[in-house]
Amino acid sequence: MTAPTLEVRDLQTHFFTRAGVVKAVDGVSFSVGRGKVMGLVGESGSGKSVTGFSIIGLVDPPGRIAGGSILFQGRDLAKLSEEEMRDLRGNRIAMIFQDPMMTLNPVLRIDTQMIETVQAHKKVSHEEARQRARDTLGMVGIPSPDERLKAYPHQFSGGMRQRVAIAIALLHEPQLIVADEPTTALDVTIQGQILAEVQKLCATTGTSMIWITHDLSVVAGLADDIAVMYAGRIVEKGAVGEVLDKPLHPYTHGLIGSVPSRNKRGEALRQIPGMTPSLLNLPQGCAFRARCPRASEACLAEPIMAEIVPGRDVRCIHPHLEAPEAA
Amino acid sequence: MTVYLVRRILQALLVVLAMSLIVFIGVYAIGDPVEILISPDADQIERERAVQALGLDLPLWQQYAVFLTKALQGDLGRSFVYNEPALKLILQRMPATMELAFGATILALIIGLPLGLYAGLRPDGRFSRMIMAGSILGFSLPTFWVGLMLIMVFAVYLGWLPSTGRGETGTLLGMQWSFLTWDGLRHMAMPAINLSLFKISLVIRLTRAGVRETMLMDYVKFARAKGLSPARVTFVHVFKNILIPVVTVVGLELGSTIAFSVVTESVFAWPGMGKLIIDSINVLDRPVIVAYLMLIVLMFIAINLIVDLTYSMLDPRVRLESKGT
Ligand SMILES: Nc1ncnc2c1ncn2[C@@H]1O[C@H](COP(=O)(O)OP(=O)(O)OP(=O)(O)O)[C@@H](O)[C@H]1O
Ligand code: SF4
Ligand SMILES: [Mg+2]
Repeated sequence: MTAPTLEVRDLQTHFFTRAGVVKAVDGVSFSVGRGKVMGLVGESGSGKSVTGFSIIGLVDPPGRIAGGSILFQGRDLAKLSEEEMRDLRGNRIAMIFQDPMMTLNPVLRIDTQMIETVQAHKKVSHEEARQRARDTLGMVGIPSPDERLKAYPHQFSGGMRQRVAIAIALLHEPQLIVADEPTTALDVTIQGQILAEVQKLCATTGTSMIWITHDLSVVAGLADDIAVMYAGRIVEKGAVGEVLDKPLHPYTHGLIGSVPSRNKRGEALRQIPGMTPSLLNLPQGCAFRARCPRASEACLAEPIMAEIVPGRDVRCIHPHLEAPEAA
Repeated sequence: MTVYLVRRILQALLVVLAMSLIVFIGVYAIGDPVEILISPDADQIERERAVQALGLDLPLWQQYAVFLTKALQGDLGRSFVYNEPALKLILQRMPATMELAFGATILALIIGLPLGLYAGLRPDGRFSRMIMAGSILGFSLPTFWVGLMLIMVFAVYLGWLPSTGRGETGTLLGMQWSFLTWDGLRHMAMPAINLSLFKISLVIRLTRAGVRETMLMDYVKFARAKGLSPARVTFVHVFKNILIPVVTVVGLELGSTIAFSVVTESVFAWPGMGKLIIDSINVLDRPVIVAYLMLIVLMFIAINLIVDLTYSMLDPRVRLESKGT
């Protein structure tokens, strides 16, 4: 087996606020192999975006990486200087954001925004950079890219803007793309088209991807592996088919629905009763305890991540190991 | 675009008409110039002759009609005091006021933009706090007091700068300008600084607020995620966005700067329109007052139009919409 493109080990990203230390990411570990897509799911506020920004080195103050390592092609990103990180950003590692209406600068033309990205990492002429921009726009399915280069963001629809953002991410053929809910703001048809194209591009270029989303149908169709986050930690991870078919953690179980079945795939995450606990003062023991139907006295001790079944890591004292209830 | 322009100009004409009526009635209500203009020793016949000559015996609406007809022909009346066309008097003084106002605006941008940018990028720094404290002073200290202090320090105490008049002037486009000569510039320095103090504070605050807001936008984070240098992110991605509100407000402020340069001109005996209007109000020189106010109205309208056009050049979203109408 070759080394994974990205290996995150015990990542801790904390926000040092006046009210106290917010442990938005607290001991997250996972790895993404070459050309693989990892789906990162979880409720709002569970720390998915902060994980993504930690990898690309753009955690906003008062936050910073307080511990752990982020090995990208053998280099620890957490230890790189800002200069070295800037070299990688947009070049070897790219990011796509959630809201395509907000990611492009409204007062700059598309060509400006693309050419500056090319020239930030490659010493090429303006004309060469422009050609690269045009070719990439064509690649993500934007018709008549030559003309569209001269347009401003507001002249594009949401779906087209997201394609432009994806094109910008692809300009330097990165080894890793962090996609933070890139299709959530788009309607379903457009979402489908974009997913299909992203998948094709990843397969042909060998780009690895972290795909952050709320939408299980997207993960089911796109990802190889899945990691489920809760309150700053990964509570379950494994191959996507297995986790969706037979969730072991009560939280994952709740997200997918109580009866696991193939039909449940392709549905959005369920609402689980109760609230995400405040990250400022997490309850003692398992963070999910207050909402967990299987909680017991034993859960007052903090569960650890363990490979209970081969290839299945779970952080739970009473995982769903028994045979699925009558389906 | 042309349709848009024509519509804007028609609107402007209506505003001018309405303003002329208000100004005329307002000035009529201030007082009777006859008392001031005609010597108290004059007898009844002399008095009536003078009143008739000035057209002050007609009812108000007739006076207005006469004024309007003449105004349409470019004649805003003759000054009672100088016995010269009011418009000419004002236009003679206009370059002095204009260069003062533009000088103050340029100073405000040169000083205000960098300071505001710095304060916005490092909101918690000690220097940023000093800048913000300074901007509060700039807002709250009265202009005439600052003017007097400047004179005290730089003219009386240090003797570096002259405190009154325009100094030597050069000729450009048939008008006299102080900024064309070194001596003129030295004369301009203090009044321009005095007039710009408020605007510097305004630009600092606008820029800082704009930077802080823009830095939080997704597109700035995306620009950083593309691996751009901090300088490129700040000066292209952030700066271009904050220029929009700053240009709008500073442009609109230009009108008020011209209109309210009265105080600065009086303190520094700067022979501009402001000084003229104060003198004219003192002697109730009606035609000059009316002509001045009309000119100011016209100027406000013109500035608004120019600001709108500049704004649409800076903001591509507006550009497209105005093309559609
Ligand atoms: N600038 C900040 N200051 C303080 N705390 C922050 C800051 N940014 C994020 N956090 C904390 O980090 C937690 C995780 O945020 P994050 O944006 O990663 O959630 P998410 O899983 O991406 O949620 P969503 O699905 O809504 O995007 C938040 O609950 C918040 O408490
Ligand atoms: S450890 Fe206990 S409380 Fe936490 S998820 Fe498992 S069963 Fe529920
Ligand atoms: Mg998020």
